[in-house]
Amino acid sequence: MSATPGEPAASRPDLERASTPVANVNRPHVIRIISIWGVLSVVLAPIVYFVWGPHMPPGNMSNVARGQQFDNQVLATVATPVVLFIWTYLGYSITCFRSRGSSDDGPPIKGHRGFQASWLLGTTAIVMALFVFGTYQLITPAGAGTGSGANPIWVPPGYSATAKTNKILQVQVIGQQWRWTFRYPAYSGVETTQLEIPVGVEIQFNVTSLDVIHEFWAQQLAVKADANPGVNNIAFARANRTGSVDVKCAELCGTLHGAMVTTGAVVTQADFTSWITTQVKVHAADIPLLPPYAVTYLPTPDGGYYDPGQDPVPDTSAPTGSPSSGEPTGDTGSPASAAPSPSASS
Amino acid sequence: MTAIRVGRAQRTGLVAAVFAVFSAFVIWTFIHLTHYPPTVAAAATAPGEANITMQTVGAIGTEPHPPWVSYLVQRPNGTWVHTTVLKVPAHSTVHVTIYQYDSGSDLRNPLMNQVQGVGDATVNGKPYSMWTDAIGHTFTVPQLGISVPLPGIPSDAKNPCSTNAPCSPSFDHMKVQFTFQTGAAGTYTWQCFVPCGVAYIAGFGGPMSTVGYMNGVLQVTA
Repeated sequence: MSATPGEPAASRPDLERASTPVANVNRPHVIRIISIWGVLSVVLAPIVYFVWGPHMPPGNMSNVARGQQFDNQVLATVATPVVLFIWTYLGYSITCFRSRGSSDDGPPIKGHRGFQASWLLGTTAIVMALFVFGTYQLITPAGAGTGSGANPIWVPPGYSATAKTNKILQVQVIGQQWRWTFRYPAYSGVETTQLEIPVGVEIQFNVTSLDVIHEFWAQQLAVKADANPGVNNIAFARANRTGSVDVKCAELCGTLHGAMVTTGAVVTQADFTSWITTQVKVHAADIPLLPPYAVTYLPTPDGGYYDPGQDPVPDTSAPTGSPSSGEPTGDTGSPASAAPSPSASS
Repeated sequence: MTAIRVGRAQRTGLVAAVFAVFSAFVIWTFIHLTHYPPTVAAAATAPGEANITMQTVGAIGTEPHPPWVSYLVQRPNGTWVHTTVLKVPAHSTVHVTIYQYDSGSDLRNPLMNQVQGVGDATVNGKPYSMWTDAIGHTFTVPQLGISVPLPGIPSDAKNPCSTNAPCSPSFDHMKVQFTFQTGAAGTYTWQCFVPCGVAYIAGFGGPMSTVGYMNGVLQVTA
């Protein structure tokens, strides 16, 4: 019903109706909407949590992955009634409040203090509850798989900032354009291009970079930590089962950023011991050439070796030139007997 | 004030000139942006066998980036092509020969001084599994676990390549040979791991980030 322009508001029946409490006028509608919404929520929220939840990313391969999956389950379950209320109200409005042939505007909507207060209190309670929940979830498990800097606040049992007393297996993740390498300080500091960790063992990932900013993302382990040059970014995880792990870079780091992928593995303790022992043997010749294990490494000013103190090729000339009288190292790791001729004919 | 009268022919000419300039700009932009190095297929020598011959130079010497370091690939007919896009057959043994004409420098990560993922690696005919001295470049396909350091020529070499690429074997060089096995079909990126993009951030910009120079594509085709 529309009022004639200029007609005194007090004489307009639509405004009079709107000024009365909405709940009184629309009580049947409100009851119906809440009933539909309540039934849908009671049915669908458990389905979201118990049926969909276990399949939510990032899975449950590690304790932090399981923690993140639980977070996703809780958030999705909490969001379900909210989404259902919107959909229910929308659907009910389209069905019951649609215009039936008249193009006239409906009565103006006035505020309802009780409804507004409920809405504000309800949404505030949800947000605050999620804030407390999220904060708690960052603490357990420690750091929730994120990089927590060089001095993490929340740490698992056995952690110590002092290397000698730290009882956690440490794996250093080194980002460089464009690949990942991994050092195992407890095993002679051997460096490999493969990531392999034992199941059931707390791992401390020490993530750093040799050049630009990368981000170490071990997908199934749910570990995601920035790899910044000159920074040790610590993240923790404990794998629950064996399997493969997709390792990617999650920070745009240059032209081959998309190719900075590799596949890691979670294996049994016995298999890990066998693998790491083999790695130490295979790399016996080059371990001495690596810089001493450190939590960060700095490239030389000319963009070269990543620990100036251990540079095997002293820079005495231009950045692209350096002395060369090298000896090839034989397959056994021992120096060959003869240096190759630099001008050998083809 | 006197009005300038422009004839029909002049108006037509002006419009044509503007259109021609605009068209030239569009064509130039298209060609410039869509330029991609050609693909060179490995020479098949026998069933399940193929050969690739490449060279690395300290400066390509030609436009648009004369000072950039670069790889070149030799076609089966012997001509050298400025590209790093290689095509090799799947499930085959690929024999690679690289003539390395550049001087050596430091690696960012000394782990890359190892020969990894290939067989029968030799430098100037002598087997090697790592190179502990200055390295010119590496041929590395991270996703296939392949990495071969290419030793640099001495900085005081008497006869370094001084011409525009390609360089001839009469100049000082290191000859590196190795073989690797291909698996199923796929496309992989390969690159050099010596930070030889001098004057670029972290040494990995410029030629290190450009296909056709120190950054390439390995197409393994069925």
